[in-house]
Amino acid sequence: MSNYLKPLPKIDERNRAHWDGAREGRLMMQACDHCAALRYPFSSLCPKCQSTGSSWKEVSGKGQVWSWCVFHRVYFKGFEGEMPYNVVLVKLDEGPRIYSNIIGVDKDKLRIGMRVRAVFDQATDDVTLVKFEEDKS
Amino acid sequence: MPDQSLRNRAAVIGVGTTKFGRLPGNDTYDLGAWALREALDDCGLKASDIDGVIVNRIPDYQRFCEAFGLNPRYALMTPGQGRMSGATIELAAMAIAAGMAKTIALVYGNDGRSAGDKYGGETDRYGSGGAGQFFPYGMTSPGAVHAMMFACHMHQFGTTSAQLAAVSVAFRKHAALNPNAVMRKRVTVEDHQESTFVAAPLHILDYCLINDGGVALILTSAERARDAKKPPVYIRGFSQATKLEESALPPEDYWYGPMQAAAKDVYEMAGVKHEDLDALMIYDNFSPTVLFSLEGFGFCKQGEGGDWMQGGRLELGGQFPTNTSGGHLSESYMQGWALNAEAVRQLRGECGERQVKDARLIQYMCAAPLMTSIIYGSDAT
Repeated sequence: MSNYLKPLPKIDERNRAHWDGAREGRLMMQACDHCAALRYPFSSLCPKCQSTGSSWKEVSGKGQVWSWCVFHRVYFKGFEGEMPYNVVLVKLDEGPRIYSNIIGVDKDKLRIGMRVRAVFDQATDDVTLVKFEEDKS
Repeated sequence: MPDQSLRNRAAVIGVGTTKFGRLPGNDTYDLGAWALREALDDCGLKASDIDGVIVNRIPDYQRFCEAFGLNPRYALMTPGQGRMSGATIELAAMAIAAGMAKTIALVYGNDGRSAGDKYGGETDRYGSGGAGQFFPYGMTSPGAVHAMMFACHMHQFGTTSAQLAAVSVAFRKHAALNPNAVMRKRVTVEDHQESTFVAAPLHILDYCLINDGGVALILTSAERARDAKKPPVYIRGFSQATKLEESALPPEDYWYGPMQAAAKDVYEMAGVKHEDLDALMIYDNFSPTVLFSLEGFGFCKQGEGGDWMQGGRLELGGQFPTNTSGGHLSESYMQGWALNAEAVRQLRGECGERQVKDARLIQYMCAAPLMTSIIYGSDAT
């Protein structure tokens, strides 16, 4: 998979558990050790209580489309072959909103409130991305 | 609210703008210096009369002052984000009231077009600079953030892209009357609807125009302003609010809550109501920002902006002529600075074919994670 041309996440100690989880098919989110609030983007400080300790918690991967857009302009060369492509902001049932892509839904069928569930899309040997598909259950 | 005693304490006495467009060979220092020379000419002052300088988007205040030959008592620089234009003007008004400087030059230079700025992709540092975490999913650019916000507005309130077109149509109509505007060909709602998508639901005609240019404003105290070459334009009220928590993601309320707070403060400080305003200058990085601002500052109820903007309400001759220069969508993306210059020129009656008749009060507003508003007046009442 060395021909993967899209941007890859910069994996470091602050986010490694999320990406390790994705490789195992689990959606791991950062939780404050003090107030239990989940936070995204990942950061060293809890914006709700300013505590520094955090742990990684597996969440259901279920949520709904909070908003969407469809890119018709190439900002990253790696996406050139699949224009136009969607980006969604998913509101997880556990609270946080995360950016991702919806797989298997036509761009004209994207709608706010659509129920979705996480799917795990292997990008390279080291990186698996967390994407979503429509949850019809 | 800022102390009421600050009302009309500072005034703009000089404005300068460069040409806008593709100006190769000019870096931000050159463009800022060009604008400042124009502003000094405009008010009849010499460089040695300036005792305060704040540069914006120009990377180094020291190098700018060295090159221009300035030794101000007070110098500062602010980050090159559009939301900082209003914040910088407000700071200058406060610095003058506090006696930190008597006459402050605010100098902005932008070489974004020649530098190839795209506001998306690997160099995207929008907002908190945290955008890089979203690149693996292809998420980038402030335009896409605003596209997502507009998609929410469409879903929540039934607003349509065709309604939003009223913004692009009005501003282009104004640009057609502005010799310094970059895009002057009139457009229709159909043109807007048929224009290519960048980040759908936004079309290219919903996007600002990245260009090269510079703007300078010269401010002084109201007392000194009375001796200036041209009639002073008073800073009658100003306010600021933020929504920075969770600002790596779009706000859940289109910044409505903090804008309502900023609105209350600015109208109270200025002693002005909506119906007193002769024109509006609204930060238009993307056309939805205009819609969100009109709702946030209370010109209409939240959710009704799509309808409210119809019928030429924002056009010259309408109830609230807005961005009479063409704004960022059609004149040039000068990150709020040129809109403030336009407010001054309108209040002086210098706008030729696009002049708002007898303009006395104009409000600038900018909706972003840090939002500002300034009300300018042609007299110090």
